[in-house]
Amino acid sequence: MPTLTINGRSLSVDAANDTPLLWAIREQLQMTGTKFGCGAGLCGACTVHVNGEAVRSCQTMVGDVAGKKITTIEGLSAKGDHPLQKAWIAEQVPQCGYCQSGQIMQAASLLARNPNPTKEEVVAHMDGNLCRCMTYSRIQKAIMRAASEMRTASATSGERRPT
Amino acid sequence: MNEHVKNVVPATTDLSRRSFLVGTAATGLVLGYAALPGIDAAAAAAPASFEPSVWYAISPDGLVTVTCGKADMGQHIASTMAQLVCEELGAKWSDMRVSLASNDPKFNDPVLGAQITGGSWSTMMNFDAMSRAGAAGRMALTEGAAAAMGVPASELVVRDSMIVHPKSKKQMSFAEIVKSGKATKTFTPDELKAIKLKTPDQYTMIGVSVPQLDIPSKTNGTAKYGIDVMLPGMAYGALVTPPVRFGATVKSVDDSAAKKVPGFIKAVTLDDKTGTTSGWVVAVASTYANARKAAQALKIAYDAGPNAKVSSQSLLDEAKRLQKLEDSGQFFVKDGDPNAAFGSAAKVVEAEYTTSINIHAPLEPMNATAEFRGDILHVYSGNQFATRSGAIAAGAAGIDPKFVVMHQHWLGGGFGRRLDADMMIPAVQAAKAVGKPVKVIYSRENDMTMDFSRPLTYQKVKAGVDGDGKLIAISHDVVSAWPTARWGIPDFLTPSVDKKGPLDSFTVNGADFFYTVPNHYVRAIKNELAHNATPSGQLRSVAPGWTFWAVESMIDEIAAATGKDPAQFRISLLDGAGKNDGGAQRLRNTLLAAMGLSGYGTRQLPKGEGMGVACVSSQERASASWTACVAHVAVAPSGAVTVKKLTVATDVGTQVHPDNIRAQVEGAALWGLSLAMYEKATLKDGGIEQTNFDGYTPLRMSQTPEIAVAVIANGEKATGVGEPAVTVVAPAIGNAIFNASGARVRALPITAEAVKASMRA
Repeated sequence: MPTLTINGRSLSVDAANDTPLLWAIREQLQMTGTKFGCGAGLCGACTVHVNGEAVRSCQTMVGDVAGKKITTIEGLSAKGDHPLQKAWIAEQVPQCGYCQSGQIMQAASLLARNPNPTKEEVVAHMDGNLCRCMTYSRIQKAIMRAASEMRTASATSGERRPT
Repeated sequence: MNEHVKNVVPATTDLSRRSFLVGTAATGLVLGYAALPGIDAAAAAAPASFEPSVWYAISPDGLVTVTCGKADMGQHIASTMAQLVCEELGAKWSDMRVSLASNDPKFNDPVLGAQITGGSWSTMMNFDAMSRAGAAGRMALTEGAAAAMGVPASELVVRDSMIVHPKSKKQMSFAEIVKSGKATKTFTPDELKAIKLKTPDQYTMIGVSVPQLDIPSKTNGTAKYGIDVMLPGMAYGALVTPPVRFGATVKSVDDSAAKKVPGFIKAVTLDDKTGTTSGWVVAVASTYANARKAAQALKIAYDAGPNAKVSSQSLLDEAKRLQKLEDSGQFFVKDGDPNAAFGSAAKVVEAEYTTSINIHAPLEPMNATAEFRGDILHVYSGNQFATRSGAIAAGAAGIDPKFVVMHQHWLGGGFGRRLDADMMIPAVQAAKAVGKPVKVIYSRENDMTMDFSRPLTYQKVKAGVDGDGKLIAISHDVVSAWPTARWGIPDFLTPSVDKKGPLDSFTVNGADFFYTVPNHYVRAIKNELAHNATPSGQLRSVAPGWTFWAVESMIDEIAAATGKDPAQFRISLLDGAGKNDGGAQRLRNTLLAAMGLSGYGTRQLPKGEGMGVACVSSQERASASWTACVAHVAVAPSGAVTVKKLTVATDVGTQVHPDNIRAQVEGAALWGLSLAMYEKATLKDGGIEQTNFDGYTPLRMSQTPEIAVAVIANGEKATGVGEPAVTVVAPAIGNAIFNASGARVRALPITAEAVKASMRA
């Protein structure tokens, strides 16, 4: 029985090693914020982080991620207040909302390594995530807003840091 | 069609037969309409052993929970209903909550008399009912507060969930009044009707972009969609669907390999007497991953049935054959005599327009969870047509629809796909077969190949112009599968003007445009072959998505043939004569707004670029949102088209939530772009060829152009915004391509090859 480390918790799941991580997370561990969209790595709805990298959980097998650090939308922030989540609310991004967990997780992996992306970098990073309601322009705006907030926060915390 | 379905939609409910109930209960103040007789105020207010007929309740902690009878698929309609109630009730927005209604008929739409969400109808049809519900609650609370404070009700002021007596500085919160038990007023239908609602100058909520109540839960993974349902002891079903879209039957199922999959329970071959599905098998297992493995391991032999040789080409050939027949179809519009007018016309322009099969592909694949508990069948899903879908679930179970409870969830996209009930059938029959709750989740491949698609359409339009360049005649034939006829509900069909029986107006809406054309025929022709081989559905905007492709392209073709500016030509046709009075002028003004915002005609564009216009009265004549688009495109010598900008103007009368209108118009316009340029499904050997997002390719972020939206709120009644902008974009792009390159495209989606071929021609 594989043991997975998800959102800081160690969880064992009764699934074969070749089970897609998506189904273990959603239907067995019942963390349903991660969504099933295509089962083929074409839409991005199932995006989670494995050791900080955005991956498609429908294409990631349980046996390949044992011992690695998995983060889902439920674990992105303690209170749903990651700068991206706050920006998603501020820009009123979601319509049906179904793709948005994946969009936010995909965007979070960009901002973690590039706090000041250009519009082109955002598009290139997000183009694998489908939004059938087509909220693309709001997603872009929210990413830019969150990036700006994260830069401001880190600049501020930098000033306060004792030398 | 199963027998339960025929009568599920009652005659349009007459509000005058309803009574508004206000009373206090242990659980709080409940407010709503109930059909008379049978339920009195006391019954409605009693602690519920059955669901009371209510639109909202105020709990002793002051929270106001509005029950939304409409499916919320991202248009934020639940929040909109709460906003309408909140405006008249005088509650604080942060006190508002929403819940989603069951299929109890008490939650039926007050105008439609059923639970169905579509047509961009919800706001316009519920505006009055929700406003009156809110106002009645305010009056009941005010009288209760007056009694508790010992002051005249007329001296009280209601605001932000507080009722204040300015003279004495006394005040009570809604919570305190509910707790006091003093809000007891009952309204007769006449009293309810006599309530004087606020005038627009008094609005404090309507017209304000309040935070949508559902959005926070859609940023942290807590929003519950149908696919997220978990029931104790539940098993999972994975579908195996046949290679043919419709008409196959299962000859045999060999489950010997599936039996080796851990947790495999059973393969259930559907016995679908509702006629919704054909040849489907569900593999049931203890986990979904194993159900999928078992589904792959099943060896199923099919009789492919009568549609096994049908292709997109044969559907089109059949459509052309039917159109040529004199006596095909029925007339939707029959004004004057176009054929006589063509005889005397100085110029006749004729063209064929087509659209391909299109797939809804909401990102949440179809799913449903069924559970038999005692005599009651509980179905958990997100669905747009609880009234009919509950009846289909009942048909699948072989029970009376009154024993079905539908548990509504947020919809991970609807777009018309979830008007259908096919997902109920495998869930219900699998649950029945294995004796435990079963959640059935379609694979994306199931979802795409078994879509109730937007039908392939073929349209022939002929126009006649007199010697002065005046448009005197149009004949317009529309050949397609009939999506709404498939429902088997007579109320949704429309009598033909030539009295040849009912027609499916959801195939021709929009062709009855607001241009003044004295001789005008529109003929609705059912493509029976397509109807049987590709059971069709309602895809966001339905008929106007193809009728305006033809009409608005043809108007441009006529303008070009007579040397007129296409925008000015439209304005001349929108003269508001006769039956077009009012609507035509609003559409003209909307077109002018879009032209102004886009800078149409104000500057010379670079070579290879052009702007094109279109204007539409989607969805139906009686429920139009006046919408116009100017598309700006660049066309490369290869025929490749780049959409640089879409400018959309829409007249919505009254805007409840300006930001939401912009979000919906933008999403709809991008849907229009996606259908115009990127989405195409094809039929081969009776089956849909595209199975996932590699073959069927909706718009992605990198393909999204700049969009400008102008919303016109002129104080007329609120209209819908979820769909109209879908319909205006394709013709605007086609017309822009013509202006940029001289190429005229008449088939959707538009391809570089078609543009290049037309450039050469």
